[in-house]
Amino acid sequence: MSDDQVPNVAVLQMRGIRKTFGTVRALTGVDLTARRGEVLALMGENGAGKSTLMKILSGAYTADSGGEIVIDGQPVSIGSPTDAKRLGIAVIYQELALAPQLSVAENIFLGREPRRFGMVDRAAMLAGSVDVLRRLGARFTAASKVGSLSVAERQLVEIARAVHAKARILVMDEPTAALSSHETERLFALIQQLRGEGLAIIYISHRMAEIYALADRVSVLRDGAYVGTLERAELSEQALVKMMVGRDPSSFYKKPSSSADKSPGETFFEVADMADGRRVHGCSFGLRRGEVLGLAGLVGSGRTELARLIFGIDKSTAGTLMLDGKPLVLRTPEQAIAAGVLYLTEDRKGDGLFLDMSVEENINFMVYGGDARVGALNRGAARRRVDQAIGAFTIRVSGRQAKVGALSGGNQQKVLLARLIETRPRVLILDEPTRGVDIGAKSEIYKIIDQLAGEGIGIVLISSELAEVVGLCDRVLVMRDGLLAGEVGGDGQPIAQEAIIRIATGATAQAA
Amino acid sequence: MSTETNHQSLRQRPQWGVYLQMAGMLPALIALAILFQMITGRFLSWQNISIVMQQASINTVLAAGMTFVILTGGIDLSVGSILAASAVVAVAASLIPGLGWLGLLAALLIGLAFGLLNGSLVAFMRLPPFIVTLGSLTAVRGIARLLGNDNTVFNAQLPFAFIGNATLLGVPWLVVIAFVVVLVSWLVLRRTVLGLRIYAVGGNPDAARLAGVKVWAVLLFVYGMSGLLAGLGGVMSAARLYAANGLQLGQSYELDAIAAVILGGTSFVGGIGSIWGTLIGALIIAVLSNGLILCGVSDIWQFIIKGVVIIVAVSLDRYRLRGSART
Repeated sequence: MSDDQVPNVAVLQMRGIRKTFGTVRALTGVDLTARRGEVLALMGENGAGKSTLMKILSGAYTADSGGEIVIDGQPVSIGSPTDAKRLGIAVIYQELALAPQLSVAENIFLGREPRRFGMVDRAAMLAGSVDVLRRLGARFTAASKVGSLSVAERQLVEIARAVHAKARILVMDEPTAALSSHETERLFALIQQLRGEGLAIIYISHRMAEIYALADRVSVLRDGAYVGTLERAELSEQALVKMMVGRDPSSFYKKPSSSADKSPGETFFEVADMADGRRVHGCSFGLRRGEVLGLAGLVGSGRTELARLIFGIDKSTAGTLMLDGKPLVLRTPEQAIAAGVLYLTEDRKGDGLFLDMSVEENINFMVYGGDARVGALNRGAARRRVDQAIGAFTIRVSGRQAKVGALSGGNQQKVLLARLIETRPRVLILDEPTRGVDIGAKSEIYKIIDQLAGEGIGIVLISSELAEVVGLCDRVLVMRDGLLAGEVGGDGQPIAQEAIIRIATGATAQAA
Repeated sequence: MSTETNHQSLRQRPQWGVYLQMAGMLPALIALAILFQMITGRFLSWQNISIVMQQASINTVLAAGMTFVILTGGIDLSVGSILAASAVVAVAASLIPGLGWLGLLAALLIGLAFGLLNGSLVAFMRLPPFIVTLGSLTAVRGIARLLGNDNTVFNAQLPFAFIGNATLLGVPWLVVIAFVVVLVSWLVLRRTVLGLRIYAVGGNPDAARLAGVKVWAVLLFVYGMSGLLAGLGGVMSAARLYAANGLQLGQSYELDAIAAVILGGTSFVGGIGSIWGTLIGALIIAVLSNGLILCGVSDIWQFIIKGVVIIVAVSLDRYRLRGSART
């Protein structure tokens, strides 16, 4: 029958797939072919229809009639997630879909528990899980609670679940969004392994470097339509970005010109010996006016934890803050906001936005109190602010009253950023501000960051994307194991990507 | 920019869908009223409508308080018991010679106090609202009996009896009060910073905290409000009956209040809902009770039909909202 050695066998063909929601045309006749033993990258800006297409493939949505899905040459109809699973389709979602209170083994077998005399056969579950986890090179046990695992490890559990269910088509939606570079490397090795085993992998990502590293072919969607496919040999960043946005990407990833002639001001915000006794140990640094200070390091090195201590979300066991030479005590986010120290969360849906509220309410949320007249909402001021912000941040919405939950990732991020900026912050801590954001929005966010620094705001930029750190920052602090392990750049010196990696991974702890 | 206009057209919804969503359960209420009119021929008489609204009034007041709580993702099971305790206090205090009006104030204050106690346990001890108010449902019921020496307290000269029996320009005071409560609740929820924060705490409590909201203060407010309105409900019952009994009064009122909120389309996980929906929900319940009695349906079947209607109505609501799925 089918021969594992023969590539180029189309395992999946989607033809003329359409999907409308009410009057909204999300997909207008999309074609996609995935072959056995290849990585097909699927690219496109947020809102281009990638997620909708993948939800149709996974049975979460049903396509409108007219299109066709063919698997192994057989036309199939996918009416439910169960159908999709039966056909060997597995999706690793951006928002990981695991039960945190269950063990790894229970999650791998979820919905397919082996039974013995009508009872769940735990021994068989454990044995089966150990087997697949070893194959994938996992470093945790099958009995661990999923809730205790890191994001990368949880992802591995999801992949293990798919592999164990004998998936033949594996869809990965931005799998590296929450991974450090080290974890990303391991994931890539795993993807290559699965490709070698004959899986068809559909890989959704915004990151060029990943596409270069992995993709055999790249298909591009734009505004719900299929634009085209490039073979590996034809790949070029220029061509891809042009296909995605329909315009030429000239200034992308380039340090904006204004920063060249900009000299950061004096140090006005100081953090000394900040610690929480667990994940952060004695971190001290100073921030200058108008400076973009990078905070690099692997995921789990304590960057977010440090930011949360400064902002008063979590309790610190030691440490002091100084603003303009005066001691500052921030015990709650409320006090931090009042002092002008703002934090952009890395998890905009989890603890950032109010998804059921409008763009207007989200952007004005922190300033409603100040604008209010005897507690009554000042709608006029709110409308003025939101209109101004929509213009200044090029937020693409149908109107002020649009629900934030319906926006694309990039626009959501701009809404959240706009909310913070309405408070006129002095210090802005941005945690992964471009995670899960499309290319167009990304470059716009970079411009905003640069502009804010130009206005004299001190910015701390936490990012796992090294190109972003190098491109935007004046100076980079590198964290490792809860400590500030080194500093790169500063005094106009160039920032070397290699130096950051060396310090972050502990190769050497040097100060450049 | 072509991309921009595309995005805009992609995100627009059909207008009728928006109106349908806003109308919520109103069509169901109207349909029920017409149905009962067709069966009985006297349901929509002015006199009967006045009776239905009076019957809905106390539940509306309790359900308004419940709306605040459920909007934060909480629940208040203790309102029936608080109503009983407040009613007993209202009548007992009204017996003090020359200070009869004190009864009204005392009832409101005791309701507020119990509500704030619930709120403190939820906000500061971080206890689950269901458990806290399940406890106070039982404990406050006991206190209500204790306050009346486990007897019915009477006052034939109740100074605020007009609340339960008189009218203002032809509208019963009970109905006036219920409407004012709904109106004030609407103002608080939709026109104040506090109201927005209530929705925010229910929609995403972590985000609310990170955005500088004093989540504890919001929780204290909503449970305090629910207690205060249960106290007002106690005044209204006492005024209607000239009496209060700690054992019988307000039994299972919390369930009708919750049912009204749910029928009104307020999400049980918090963050979504409106006070107008709650008003319609309370009216549906009152229309059902009254209509079924007019039709001569037995007490037993009334229970069964009411329960089924609640489940069917909420199922329809889910179905209706699913049509507006996000892309």
